[in-house]
Amino acid sequence: MTEGATAVEIDGLRVVRGGRVVLDDLSLRLPAGRVTGLLGPSGSGKSTLLRSIVGVQVVERGTVRVLGLDAGSASLRTRVAYATQAASVYDDLGVEENLRYFAAVLGAPPGDIERVLAEVDLADQAVRPVRDLSGGQRSRVSLAVALLGVPELLVLDEPTVGLDPVLRADLWGLFRRLADAGRTLLVSSHVMDEATRCHELILMRDGAILAQLTPEALLARTGARDAEVAFLTLVRGSRAAAG
Amino acid sequence: MSPARTAATTRRVVHQLRRDPRTVAMLLVVPLVLLWLLERVFDAQPATFDRIGPALLALFPFVVMFLVTSVTTLRERTSGTLERLLSMPLGRLDLLVGYLAAFGLVAIVQAALASALMLGFLGLDVAGPAWLLVLVAVVDAILGCALGLFVSAFARTEFQAVQFMPAVVLPQFLLCGLLVPRDEMGAVLEAISWALPLSYAVDAMQRITVEADVSARTLLDLLVVVGAIVLSVALGAATLRRRTA
Repeated sequence: MTEGATAVEIDGLRVVRGGRVVLDDLSLRLPAGRVTGLLGPSGSGKSTLLRSIVGVQVVERGTVRVLGLDAGSASLRTRVAYATQAASVYDDLGVEENLRYFAAVLGAPPGDIERVLAEVDLADQAVRPVRDLSGGQRSRVSLAVALLGVPELLVLDEPTVGLDPVLRADLWGLFRRLADAGRTLLVSSHVMDEATRCHELILMRDGAILAQLTPEALLARTGARDAEVAFLTLVRGSRAAAG
Repeated sequence: MSPARTAATTRRVVHQLRRDPRTVAMLLVVPLVLLWLLERVFDAQPATFDRIGPALLALFPFVVMFLVTSVTTLRERTSGTLERLLSMPLGRLDLLVGYLAAFGLVAIVQAALASALMLGFLGLDVAGPAWLLVLVAVVDAILGCALGLFVSAFARTEFQAVQFMPAVVLPQFLLCGLLVPRDEMGAVLEAISWALPLSYAVDAMQRITVEADVSARTLLDLLVVVGAIVLSVALGAATLRRRTA
């Protein structure tokens, strides 16, 4: 994917879930070959936006184009990888058994299983049932599934929640390497200090995008020391503008 | 539909079952215990046992497979793996047929064991061939799986899924002609019983009980049950949505 290309184009997206408007008239461009962080408090619509991009969300209005195709198109199903917030793997199967099944569904080469196990640092847990793993380990199994094959876009919903700092740093290193290899990553988080690990940030609140900018620009624009303070400054600014 | 993905799904479900020996034991043993109990209950009336035994041989595996399949597939929905699979290149039929094949294997073992128990140890006396008895029992157990797959689409929780058992299975039991011959029911009930697949399975069993030869009617009954399996899977696929609210 060439520099400056767009991986995801969203225009006028409106999503209603359970009678509540979650996203309204949302538009967005996602640069290809970069790690974009989707940050915002829980309940701000991050997961719904990710689901819309993957094409598993019923959309009321608007267009979502992914890699030049309509989101959810059949030919995108091997090109877009998705890890939900809750670890979506089989608890009653072993780590490797899980990966073997998803690899078969994706048509990924058998060697992939060993690779992704190493990437999420679970090679020594391969035969353990997922049920017996810790919460952080379970979400890494779920992440490993998303790393199978050669997806061009990885949509990861809070993949680093509940992980220790060392492991988190390792995973963000992995995300950067994947981007360097030309993949596009959209990674959500409600932990603001992860912002500095991204090439670019999208800040969300109440179903709307507050800002889309680089971490450096965020700090410069708000004059804040860290991303958390910067986010608060932006929220106050948008409230003042609205009021 | 892809044979490789369907087979992978079957393998995965079999692996899950292997990790759960208690469920497998319940699947295989519970119908046997129930049939043994049935024989004990009719100890003094062996003729009655011979009359209703085959029909219950069709019923017990049907009920057990229905329950297990509906709860298992619902678990796929609530664990988020269904959403993940449907975002992948897995056909809806790959998933449903994969499940059906895995539980079908269990159904074959279960029905074979139950038939062996009935014809051997419990001394069930039927006029027709034993293989046909086993075949009807297997097909009926697979029908239980197929219906379980279908109704699990309408349940949000495992609690709801379990409620579908009395809702879907018991009316079929009441109207299948086992308690009262179907032509002695009211016209409305008889008409409804014609629309319920279990009626055909029980009809086939009752015919095997008394007819020494394999009649065309028995094969037709069997065909209707197979048709009901195909219809359930097709409806199951139609209700499986890649996009959800």
